[in-house]
Parts: sequence; C-alpha cells; structure tokens
Amino acid sequence: MTTSMFGAPVQRREDPRLLTGGGRYLDDLGHDALAAALVRSPHAHARIRDIDVTDALDVDGLVGIWTHEDLPGRVGEPLPLLIPHPTLTHGRTQYALARDEVNHVGEPVVLVVARDRYVAEDACQRIRVDYELLSPVVGIEDARAATHLVHDDVPDNVSAHMLQEVGDVESAMAAAPHTLELDLSIERSASMPLEGRGVYARWDDEREELRIYSSTQTSTGVRAAVAAKLDLPLAKVECIAPDVGGGFGVKINHPWPEEVLVPWAARVLGRPVKWTEDRREHFVSSAHERGQLHRVRVGFDDDGRLLALDVKFWHDNGAYTPYGIIVPIITSTQLLGPYKPGTYRVEFWSLYTNTVLVTPYRGAGRPQGCFAMERTMDAIADELGLDRTEVRRRNFIQPDEMPWDHGLLFQDGRPLRYDSGDFPATLATLERLVGWDDFAAYRDQARAEGRRVGLGIGCYVEGTGVGPYEGGHIQVETSGRVNVSTGLTSQGQGHETVFAQVVASELGVRLEDVHVTTGDTRRMPYAVGTFASRAAVMSGNAIALAARQVRAKALRIAADALEVSPEDLEIVDGDVRVKGAPDTHMGLGTVSVMSNPLRYAFDEAAKAATQFAGSNDPDKPPVADDEEPGLEGKDFYSPTQATFANGMHAAVVETDPVTAEVRILRYCVVHDCGPMINPMVVEGQVHGGVAQGVGGALYERMVYDGGGQLLNASFMDFLMPYASEVPFIETDHLETPSPLNPLGIKGAGEAGCIPVSAVIASAIEDAEGFPIRSMPISPVELWELRRRHERGEWPSLRHAHGIPADPPAATAPGDPRDPRDPRDEPTPATRPEEQR
Amino acid sequence: MSGDPVVEELLDVTVTVNGVPRHARVPARRLLSDFLRHDLGLTGTHVGCEHGVCGACTVLLDGRPARSCLVFAVTAQAHAVTTVEGLGTREAMGPVQRAFAECHGLQCGFCTPGFLTTVTAYLEEHPHPTQDEAREAISGNLCRCTGYQNIVRSVLRAAELREAAEADATAGDS
Ligand code: FES
Ligand code: FES
Repeated sequence: MTTSMFGAPVQRREDPRLLTGGGRYLDDLGHDALAAALVRSPHAHARIRDIDVTDALDVDGLVGIWTHEDLPGRVGEPLPLLIPHPTLTHGRTQYALARDEVNHVGEPVVLVVARDRYVAEDACQRIRVDYELLSPVVGIEDARAATHLVHDDVPDNVSAHMLQEVGDVESAMAAAPHTLELDLSIERSASMPLEGRGVYARWDDEREELRIYSSTQTSTGVRAAVAAKLDLPLAKVECIAPDVGGGFGVKINHPWPEEVLVPWAARVLGRPVKWTEDRREHFVSSAHERGQLHRVRVGFDDDGRLLALDVKFWHDNGAYTPYGIIVPIITSTQLLGPYKPGTYRVEFWSLYTNTVLVTPYRGAGRPQGCFAMERTMDAIADELGLDRTEVRRRNFIQPDEMPWDHGLLFQDGRPLRYDSGDFPATLATLERLVGWDDFAAYRDQARAEGRRVGLGIGCYVEGTGVGPYEGGHIQVETSGRVNVSTGLTSQGQGHETVFAQVVASELGVRLEDVHVTTGDTRRMPYAVGTFASRAAVMSGNAIALAARQVRAKALRIAADALEVSPEDLEIVDGDVRVKGAPDTHMGLGTVSVMSNPLRYAFDEAAKAATQFAGSNDPDKPPVADDEEPGLEGKDFYSPTQATFANGMHAAVVETDPVTAEVRILRYCVVHDCGPMINPMVVEGQVHGGVAQGVGGALYERMVYDGGGQLLNASFMDFLMPYASEVPFIETDHLETPSPLNPLGIKGAGEAGCIPVSAVIASAIEDAEGFPIRSMPISPVELWELRRRHERGEWPSLRHAHGIPADPPAATAPGDPRDPRDPRDEPTPATRPEEQR
Repeated sequence: MSGDPVVEELLDVTVTVNGVPRHARVPARRLLSDFLRHDLGLTGTHVGCEHGVCGACTVLLDGRPARSCLVFAVTAQAHAVTTVEGLGTREAMGPVQRAFAECHGLQCGFCTPGFLTTVTAYLEEHPHPTQDEAREAISGNLCRCTGYQNIVRSVLRAAELREAAEADATAGDS
C-alpha cells in the first residue's frame, strides 16, 4: 500500500471550519479595533479647494481626522508603480489621500477614525470638501479624442503605446487572397469578490512592531510596501492574509491606499485600527477591468489559413496605473490562442480616463483577446462557408510542434513559448462532448418549432504559473505532524488541501498529519502572491521540492539507524520501513527526534528514539558541518518561463424571438491544465470561472454616465449571475504534462472565464444570423441589433442558418411560445441530468 | 454649525440566538448583522453588500430566512435567531453542512453561511427537491466562486442526508 494523494478528489480540509462559522475573515478579527472610514470624492475630476472638518469634530466617539496635508514623509507621496515597463512612458499613481486633485468618483480624500464604523461615517458626512469641477474623460472614445486630459501632463491621455511584430504583416496582408476587418469591443466589469477589501493593523509600542492583517492576494507585497511607506525596518513589520473571501485579481494590487493609511493611523494612535470596505466603496474605489476596443485586420487563404493578423486596440486603464500595463500586454500576446497567425502585428494604446483604475481581473486581458481572435475565426469561417471548427483545426499549432515559440515577449518579459498541449485532441473531445456534428439536425428541429438556437465555440491558451518564484518550507515534528508553509495566499482555492496532497504524496505521510499555512510572512517571508493561475505551479512545485529534501534526509537518518541503505527504504503512512521487510521500521516522528541531538525525552517519540541512538564520536560535533538539526526542508521553485494551459468551450443558446432574452441551454468545457492535483478542486475552479464569464457575457458592465458617475454601484444594479443564470457545466479534461516543472502541472484558476464571451457571442450569432461584435449583450441590445438588421443597417452572416426562414408563428402577439423546456428533451442539445 | 456633541441613545436588546438569550446595549440603528457579528462575536454571519441582495448575511428569524443586514437588532428583540453557528459544530456538522463539504459546495466560504441557513430552512418545507427546485431554492443568494453547480448538488445531497438521519432516528425509536 502506498500513499498517493496526488490526483485524488479529496474533500477540502478547510471546509469544516468554514462551514461552522469558524472562518476568520478580515472583519472577523480585531474586535477591539477602532474603525476607519473615508470621505471619497463625489466627482470624477475636480480640484480640491478646501476641506472643512469643523462640524465633524462634534461627533461623539470621533478619534481622528486626517487629510493629505497631515500625511508625513513617504505616506504623503504617491503610491508605488509596481510594474514599470519601458513603453509605460506616462505611468501615474494616486496618493493615499488625494492631493489637490481627484481623478475618479470614489478616490479617498479624508481619513476618519472613530469608535465604530457608524460613528466614523457620521463624521464623514459632516466633512465638507469644496471642489472646483474639471471636465471628466469617460470611456475609451472620450480618452482617444483627448479633448480633455485626465492628467495635465499626459498628452493625449496615453499612458503607454506598445507594438510588437512578427514577420512582415503588410506584405502578407497585401498578398492574402482574402481580408476582413472587424471592430470588437468588451465593456468594463470587475472582480467583485463577495468579501470586499479590508485591513486591520496593530502597533506594538514596546517592541516597535507592526502587525497587519489584510484581505490581500499578496501578504509579502503588502508587508514590504507598508514597511517602505512607514519607514519601518522590514523585520518590524509582519503581514498575515487571514481567510480571504475571494479575490479574482482585485486584491493583488498593493498597497491600496487603505493598506497604508490604516497601519499609519494605528501607529500614530497607538491603537488597533480596522477598515472594512463596504460594497459601494468596492464599486467606486477598487479596481475594474476588461474595457477595450479592438480593430482586427486579418488576411487568409482559400482554406481559411491565417496569413496576416494585424490588431490595434485601445485599453481603458482608468485614472492610474499602479499595476502597469499587464492587462493589455496579456491581451496582445494571448490573443493568438492555439493558432499560428502567419504574420502578426499588434499595437495598443493604454488610455487614462476619469474612472476607477484597472488591475487584472480573473483572466486578465485574455477574455478580450480571446473574444477578438475567436470572433475573427468565426468571421473567416463565415466568409468562406467553412465549418467553424474546421477553420480552427487548420490553424492549430500541432502537438509535434511543441514547444512553440511565437517570437513575442510575454507578460513576464520572457518569450511567449508554449510548453505543451494537444489542441486537435482537445477540439475532438469538445466536439464529441457537445455533439457538434449533430447540432444541425437539432437546429432544424428547433427552427421548425419556431425556436432560435445557436451553437458557439471558443478556444484559448492561457499562460499560467508565471514566476519569478515561490517557496515551500516543511518541518516534521517529533509527533509526526508535518508543518508546511508557503508564502502565497489563498482566496478559496483550497490550498490547505491541495498542498497537503502534494506533501502526502511526496513524503509518504497521511493527509491528516499535514498542516498547511499560507500567506503569513512570519512563516515564509519570501513569496510573490496568488494570481495568474500560478499557485499550484509555483508553490505546488516548491513544496514538492522541499518534501523531496525532507524525504531524502529522513531516509538518510533512518538508514543510519536501521543499518540499511537508504535505497532499501520507503515511507508509507508516515512510517519509514525496509522494503519487503515492513517489520523493520521507524516513525517519521522518531526520525525527527533523531535529527536533533538535543534529545530530552519530552514525549514517547523521543523516548523511543533513544534506542536508536547512534555512535557518539567525541571527535565530531553533534551537528555535522554540512547538516542542520531538525527534520526540515526548504526549497524554492523558479521557472524559466510560464506554463501554458489551454481549453475549448462550446455552448448552445436559445434567443427568445420576442424578448431577445438569451438562455444558455448547454455549456461544455474541455480543459487541459496537465495532471490535476485534486480534480474536484480543478472542476470547482472551472465552474466558478465559467459563471464569471457568463456574467461578463450577458449581465455585468460598469455603467458610467458622461460625468463619470458609476450609475450601477450596487448589487441591485450591477447584475452578477445567480444560480438561475448559470447553466449546468459539462466538463472533460485532457492532461498534457508540462515539461517545465517536476509535477508537470499547469495552472487552472482563470481558464473558465476566458472564452465565455467569445463562445456566447458565437452562439448568439449562430442563432440570429447576424454578427455580434461587442459584449456583454443585453436583451435590449440584441433586440436593437435585430431591428437594425431588419432595416438593413446591420449585416447578415453570409452563411446564416440559425434564423427561421419565415417569421415563426410563435412570435405573433399573444401567441404563447412553445412551453416545453428544451432541457427536458432527449435531443443532442439538451442538458444532461446533473450528476449527483 | 458647531453645536452639541452628537450622542446616541442606547437601547437594551435581547435576542435568543441559537437557543441562548443574548443581550447587548446598542444604538437603535444597529443592524442585526452587526449586532450578531460585533456585539455578540458570532462572526459566522457574513456581510457582502449590506443592501439585501447577496444573501451572505442570511440568518433564520423564527425559523425563516431573513437578511440580517436589512433588520435592525431592536426589531429582533424577543425573537429567535439561528445563525450558521447554530447549525452544527466542527465535530458534529448538520446534514446541510456535511453535504456542502462532500460536494465541494464552497470555495472561499464567504457566501456559505447564507447558503447554509437558506438551504436549511428550504429543506424543512421541501424535503425532496428536484434538481431544478434545488437551483431555484438557492437563486436568491450570490456566490462569486463556485458557479453554483456544486451548491445545487449539495442541496440534493443534504436532502438525502436528512432523510437518512430521520430514518435512523425512526429506527432508533422502534
Ligand atoms: S449582506 Fe445582507 S444581503 Fe448582502
Ligand atoms: S464560495 Fe466564495 S463567494 Fe461563494
């Protein structure tokens, strides 16, 4: 019997705690803390003339009020630009509290600390800020026109302009038998974790130490940023990410203004201070993403093979660029998906607007890129009258062409080089899963019933597991308990479980004996963070390497004691034993005792170990020169480049002939992230990703008015999908291992959401018979497109087949639609019974 | 405008929480969610929106699901509240909790207490839901992580576990 937990769908170890109210999220901590609240700008663009706090001073329970003027030293300087880039020529970051000017609604202006949040907000309401209004820049068109500037010293509102070209696109385009030009856009959305951001800080005056808890995706980043801002030695600052209620990207930016202000106030006051974001604050002061306009020119041959791809796009980076231009860089590279573009030129402009700043949101620029590329694939298929899967197949990079180097630089500044993947096999699996070839018959049948159904597809490749590194530390206690720590954080991905599985497999111990700590800088001060689908790849491999060290050491010590060769030993369920002679064995706890020459018999394991006490050579030190006491290991994993996962989705939708509502009848996913540590967790990631993708495709958008007010800054008006909107998701998996890392794994965190807008657009287009060029699409917008299409103002697909030939009888007023639920019919497009 | 300090009147509020009468002196405007979390220290009830849409703060008020962010603590005076802490313990989880663990019905766990209370109340009245009914039952609560699929499974599994527990109880009685 061997212990192999890797690949098993084991239940999560964090769950009993979270299911019984034992979670410790940020706002659950600091019962004794004072509460912070912020006065935020009500205007998108304005100069601050005066701040009058007189009235607020009367509020009983008020502790302090601060404006920018009060912030000393680095606290008062702009927040850092985390990821500079040579093409980011005009990077701008905000102040923790606005100085002179505000650049979006929600920008923090005044910090208030009081007895509790109710009182702090009372005080905020009594603070009067006198603003001189400036003209706001809202949306990409506005930014591009540059009639007004967001930052006076940034010409044309352009923060960055970047161009990459592989091959001679112009001549390839000129020589191409066919060309097409498409304008494609995606609107702004946002991560919207159910737990907002939050930070809680305690200053220890005796030790002159600061402890910060933050609902962050990077506790090491927050720690270093706050130490620098507050001018404290790093050794005097510790940061802990407690249970975090979802992140999806927005909690990776650091430091947020509040992460500087709250620790600073805690230190000034000598009392614990906490700030918990409310939902409206989250809408207007935490990051958004997705807003981009794309113009694609493509040249291709009679078979639909790409010859030239020329993409220009405009990215709305909001008011500031603390996280650099990662999002558009990802779009510009990951847009290529599983295809060989022939020749490729991509050029983007990142633009300032007077709206909430942009940092990566799950998928990070890929949903937009995938949308642009997959719409293009569908357009080529339509132009040539080819099956949409056939065009894709003809452009795939083949398995024997891996590794495939696109000749571009990826987000990590390293070559965009795919490590593994089998795209034809993935597509074939998807076609089988969704019943691609049978769909025409189903569509005909539906059409005869007056129903409009369509089938859509989308393919993507996702760079995952970007470096530079993560670490793992493992220590075996004398009890046999295995303590594992890694510095990156968890926001619900089940790290306590999957990393324990890795250790259980590598070390040969029982899962119950493994205890994982994440995101605590006291336990692992070197770490990057949880984002970019990197946790499993980076920390998973680091922990595996550390476990291998511990295993080697354990075998060495046990071999010595048992007087056998290490090769003859195995570790099973925490017991080191001689292969083939399991009666000769010792527990890992005993090995741990033996690893430490300080052997007071505190416990049974220590007593037991004394029987194995080896020779005590008086000429040698108890701990040899090249040794350390303790059964411990630490290692780092640092890859040369990112891994590349991939996947393909297909969906069947039905569009209501009268109301233009879109209903997803089926949703199928084939996903390849290499070997899965825990398939149950991977599936969960896929489900969650698809649900966010469905939100982005059909419901979610940030509705700004011309004045820069966010009109839908609540869950009432920003429509996140409920269970009623998310389809049952059918999944299948391929496992093409990555040659890059010891476990062969690739990341899975973001994949689910990447192609959804592309897939749903493809399916709606298929159902309606006219092109869909921007997402999300609401029933009103689809209805409007129908009207424009009827009036001849919006083109038809050349090879439309989804639209009923005659207006269906069912569209007549008062005539009820076919009441049958298509999900109940045993046809290829029906939803299978959800598996119990 | 400067004038008298704004001082709030405090009220005595007593609510039976998870079977135990709990008391605190709070302002009239204290939300039930804040009362439970901050005055009583029962932080299992979460707050995701504070405007009644996400359902994370759902508790049972006299056995029926209620959004504690839309209820003042004083309103709950003399009523019975069940929070997630009242549904079971780590060592002895209730059937709904066990089902969520079995079916991977949670990821970050932030929305979870609201789902658990909602589903508990639902199954009381509808012990044998179909899959579509299970989906319907949870469609007033937002989850940003799971995509709901495994929560639907959890509801169905919870129904099975409840039934099995009842059968055991009946067998034990006879
Ligand atoms: S917090 Fe009460 S419904 Fe969202
Ligand atoms: S599990 Fe994270 S919001 Fe539901």
